[in-house]
Amino acid sequence: MAKTDIIIHDEKDNVGVVVIEKITPNQECNCWVMENDGSVTIKSESEIPLGHKIAMIDFKEGDTILKYGHDIGKVVKSIKKGEHVHVHNVKTKKW
Amino acid sequence: MEIPKSFLGYKRENGRVGTRNHVVILPVDDISNACAEAVANNIKGTFAIPHAYGRLQFGADLELFFDTMIGTGKNPNVAACVVIGIEPKWTKRIVDAIATTGKPVEGFSIEGAGDIKTIMKASQKAQEFSQWASEKQREECPLSDLWISVKCGESDTTSGMAANPAVGNLMDKLEPLGVHLCFGETSELTGAEKVCATRGATPEASEKFMKTWSDYNDFILKEATNDLSESQPTAGNIAGGLTTIEEKAFGNFQKIGSRKFIDVLTPAEEPKKGPGLYFMDTSSAAGECLTLQAAAGFNIHLFPTGQGNIIGNAIEPVVKLTGNPSTAINMKEHIDLDVSKILKREMNMEQAGDELIKITIRAASGRLTCAEVLGHKEFIMTKLFRSA
Repeated sequence: MAKTDIIIHDEKDNVGVVVIEKITPNQECNCWVMENDGSVTIKSESEIPLGHKIAMIDFKEGDTILKYGHDIGKVVKSIKKGEHVHVHNVKTKKW
Repeated sequence: MEIPKSFLGYKRENGRVGTRNHVVILPVDDISNACAEAVANNIKGTFAIPHAYGRLQFGADLELFFDTMIGTGKNPNVAACVVIGIEPKWTKRIVDAIATTGKPVEGFSIEGAGDIKTIMKASQKAQEFSQWASEKQREECPLSDLWISVKCGESDTTSGMAANPAVGNLMDKLEPLGVHLCFGETSELTGAEKVCATRGATPEASEKFMKTWSDYNDFILKEATNDLSESQPTAGNIAGGLTTIEEKAFGNFQKIGSRKFIDVLTPAEEPKKGPGLYFMDTSSAAGECLTLQAAAGFNIHLFPTGQGNIIGNAIEPVVKLTGNPSTAINMKEHIDLDVSKILKREMNMEQAGDELIKITIRAASGRLTCAEVLGHKEFIMTKLFRSA
């Protein structure tokens, strides 16, 4: 089995989580979709450290991030597929 | 894996079972810490549990103080207990309540006697208790004598992917065997509260959860100067890759597997509805949460961490696990179980749950946890409001 670089919890999720030390720009990454034990690939656009998230699709401001199949926040700055998703471009919907 | 049927524990007078055999010197208040610590220093096989409160508390805050102190003394991990306070009245209230378990307990008050005479008298009693407890032997006990509490800390995204669902897997396997289970962290379920409410085993449990959560949320909205985004998620969480409180909440929530909670407990409240999963209204600060869970009678704790929280507890052994491969290496001395192979797809959740059951039973049977070996004895009172 190919080395896993990224884990996606749920089929519905639009972000994945880096599970190697870091991924570098333009890296072809193998993703394991835990829910259905499936595999997909994605090309990274940013350097992303372990435990941080990568965009699996293009997002525009106001879009919803899905992880564990649930809404975990809103996009506040557009994000391209393969880019780092974190506090600089996503905020909670609670406050 | 076939789940072991038993562990080795200490059978107590009231039918409960301890995973530890502590002889505790319990100060009632801040100014009795020195005396309690002197007694513990004199008498080997005992230790003191110093804390910062117990004076001029009132109302609900005072009641929670008593519940915490009394519950700590009653916990089956405590074989015997010496209670030392400045005044006789509150000291006696704590002693009398601990005595209902049938365990040896005696109280001493300092007022009118001074530290030195109190230390002498309390040391004589502590010696008697220490030697008595040292003859207690572990016996084979069914797994249903385990009361397991859980709480996660310094979480990162690996917590939600590996360590927390490993705890959930353990819950799914052990709940049918009659184990008591408890999760808490009212604030850190924020963002997942509606989904959590659907996991009540009865409509009453679900309603009670939503009321507890709403009361907490109202309190935050009333007290907060801006919002919780500065402290939730924490800087450690954000460094680990967690972006929002919702993400943290759904990761946190993986700890209960597919279980449903049968009741909602107030802080430090002892569960009364028999085996199964309970939610307790607690702070998400690890020291406070574990102290409340131990005071409710839980006898072993599972603590998944991402970035590496190092918490222990005065009376409850804390088994720590991580799914973060860097933490597993860099903070090795704190980690009882490394499940980071899940991230490489070299371990599945089934196996991780089995490994966690094995280390939990070993720790319950006497293996010292990392936190115990490193001397972590956190005991942190939850304060509801300021003292008079």
